[in-house]
Amino acid sequence: MAIIERPGTSTTPVVVTPQQTLGAVKRPVATKGWREWLFTVDHKKIGIMYGVVAMVFFIIGGVEALLIRLQLAMPDGQILSADKYNQMFTMHATTMVFLFAMPMAGAFANYFLPLQIGARDVAFPRINALSLWLLIIGGLVLNASWFLGGAADGGWFMYAPNSGPIFSPSHGVDFWVIGLQIAGVASLLGSINLIVTVLNMRAPGMSLMKMPVFTWMILVVQFLLVFSLPVITVALVLLMLQRSYGATFFDVSQGADPLLWQHLFWIFGHPEVYVLILPAFGIISEVLPTFARKPLFGYPFVVFSGASIGLVGFGVWAHHMFASGLGPVSVAVFSVATMAIAIPTGVKIFNWLLTMWGGKIWYTTAMNFAIGLVVLFTIGGLSGVTHSVAPSDTQQTDTYYIVAHFHYVLFGGMVFGLFSGFYYWWPKVFGKMLNEKLGAWNFWFMVIGMNMTFGPMHILGLQGQPRRMYVWTEARAGEGFFNLGFWNLVASIGSFILAVGVLFFLINVVITARSKQQAPLDPWDARTLEWLTTSPPKAHNFDRIPVVHHLDEFFHRKYEEDTATHTMKKVAEGEDLVRAEGDAADAHIHLPSPSYWPILLSIGVGLLGLGVVYGIPMMVIGFAITLFSAYGWVLEPSVAEEIDFEPSDNDGNTKEIAPLG
Amino acid sequence: MAETATHTADHASEHGHETSTGLTNNKLAMWLFLGSECLLFGGLISTYMLYRGRVSDGPHPMAIFDIPFTSVSSFVLLMSSLTMVLAVSSAQRGDDSRTNLWLTITAVLGATFVGGQVYEFTAFIREGLGFSTSLFGSSFYTLTGFHGIHVSVGVLMLLSTVGIIRKNKITGNKAEVVELVGLYWHFVDVVWIIIFTLVYLIPS
Repeated sequence: MAIIERPGTSTTPVVVTPQQTLGAVKRPVATKGWREWLFTVDHKKIGIMYGVVAMVFFIIGGVEALLIRLQLAMPDGQILSADKYNQMFTMHATTMVFLFAMPMAGAFANYFLPLQIGARDVAFPRINALSLWLLIIGGLVLNASWFLGGAADGGWFMYAPNSGPIFSPSHGVDFWVIGLQIAGVASLLGSINLIVTVLNMRAPGMSLMKMPVFTWMILVVQFLLVFSLPVITVALVLLMLQRSYGATFFDVSQGADPLLWQHLFWIFGHPEVYVLILPAFGIISEVLPTFARKPLFGYPFVVFSGASIGLVGFGVWAHHMFASGLGPVSVAVFSVATMAIAIPTGVKIFNWLLTMWGGKIWYTTAMNFAIGLVVLFTIGGLSGVTHSVAPSDTQQTDTYYIVAHFHYVLFGGMVFGLFSGFYYWWPKVFGKMLNEKLGAWNFWFMVIGMNMTFGPMHILGLQGQPRRMYVWTEARAGEGFFNLGFWNLVASIGSFILAVGVLFFLINVVITARSKQQAPLDPWDARTLEWLTTSPPKAHNFDRIPVVHHLDEFFHRKYEEDTATHTMKKVAEGEDLVRAEGDAADAHIHLPSPSYWPILLSIGVGLLGLGVVYGIPMMVIGFAITLFSAYGWVLEPSVAEEIDFEPSDNDGNTKEIAPLG
Repeated sequence: MAETATHTADHASEHGHETSTGLTNNKLAMWLFLGSECLLFGGLISTYMLYRGRVSDGPHPMAIFDIPFTSVSSFVLLMSSLTMVLAVSSAQRGDDSRTNLWLTITAVLGATFVGGQVYEFTAFIREGLGFSTSLFGSSFYTLTGFHGIHVSVGVLMLLSTVGIIRKNKITGNKAEVVELVGLYWHFVDVVWIIIFTLVYLIPS
């Protein structure tokens, strides 16, 4: 962890003593081993940790899904009890949405957003670390419930009063409510941080309309989070007060309105859908032009349709509640709004198609996943439009047709986008290419598995199989083509094919990690600024802060237009450009310094939350740790101060904080 | 440090380097946070408005509210916004002792308001409005309690700022730190005006 670094010149590390902050506690200075990761504030290391955490939860959530499919493979399944089944589907959805999808998008955002805008870190590096640790604490609290009396069992939208103590007597829902509040604070802090980063820290010359689409989509997502997370926080607080402190918000015998929770949840829940999908849209908007070797078709349309999806996304929440008796006017309004939101989404689809149209398409694994997204998301999008028609939706509500729809958009859409990102950016992050041959196996198993799993669910749903039923019986399975048993079995087999596909990815990661072969600096002939640096990037990202003149700046530094033929001709290699940057490196680069406080503060918040279940003493301890860390945080300058370093010597040698073992 | 230093992250704003928007990182972040808080209170206020007439067997809002008392404590809170403005202006002139004086007065006014709220809560409980009595009770205590916690956090921030300024331990731009605390404080005041109007003044 270089605190002061002067690239390109030889360095003589000097041992320095960090200034004492808050009495006895000194700033951490380790540059090796686990301490480096635990106390880091480097957005790249934090991004990688986000990715690892999200992947672990992806596997946990995946195993939960497989157990669900095993239970439903045959009539009268015996794998899970009704109670365990409820916990399984609740935790599967919660884990996938809050602990896999959002953190994995966060991993990409954290890592690439500063790189794409030519910045050296995010606006608030310590808050960035705090977001990560709070997320981990939230995820641990959520999943600890498995071992502490049973997990939450009310479904991921946890409708109250159904989630009250009468129907969910275990502490599962309490852990769920606390865990999600903590994860919510993490996301809120993260989103504020990223918005400030994008709005304030772009490289000179990078106007908003010269920003990469991925950065744009992440920006839209962060605005969605800032304004939707507080609403679910209110819902969670109300439920927590009801379950643990005797409030009456959802007590129907007192005259409570059962729609209160539904409104609060879906005012958050629908923007959340776009929070999940827009990062994937951003990723493939980078991948498709790169591998079609054409600029993105209609960049402003892609940007503004993304922004309008975000905006309209706040006005369609009640389409999740058509079956609850909202009244004809509300239903009509939300129906129309929901149909309208398909328009900007369609605009995007056509822009991607026209990006590929006439391009010299290079079918890499990243490109395959991106094309997979376009196809599968369109299928899911079309079944989504059928939900906007209220009479049809009333038939489909709470059937497997809904499950089919949202898995096509979330798995076929979001997960495929994320996998496209893995293959595209792996050489950037780790300096090694993922194996393309294994990538092909990975892709085709996932495509086939995904369609076998979720395709039949359209039929199951329209035939009337309700979601969240832990068994189905042979007697009511129907006959012929529409036999429930047949399609349930197909879906279950499909889910294991899907799992094998994911396994190929994990094997690929291990093989790549062991291989010695380094990736070229610009393996894909890419277009955006994150490739204008070494792979993996140095701690300070860019030797020289780039000055931006074009959309797709990196591409325009490599290519120039041949005025005679109006074609783009390559005038420089990526390697040369990166080397040139290194030669013209900035003199002094200050990086934010590592800190103990983010991780300590999040432990305090975790204990504070657990105090809701385990009583006042734990709450007091948690509060004390939180307060102590907050003061430590405030009193510690985010960048080490001058007196932390040896005085500058005259020959201009670089000072670094030396490792203290 | 050499003049060529290239600062990053929140360091940049502390030293007044240019940002793309012209707002410092800290201030932009505070505005975003307050925007988010608007929806937090929006949700709580909506819940209260939905439930304020649902009193079950418990007391009716208009039967227990002591409007003159709450008006006085609201006035005290509003005056604290004035003293906060004076604190910010002293900080911008670099007058530490005045800044600390006004910050302390602001904190005292805020603490008076919280004290009034504690007194009000105990009075209501004596009159039979418990947290679990009715939907009105739950939503009233939750909404005003949330606001009270916000004021208390504000008081803590004000007093901490005084302490840190006095010990000369402040990191970053002093005037800006005071201004940020001020932004939060004014927001909490504005929210109270809305709560006071909707909860106390408009009859249910």
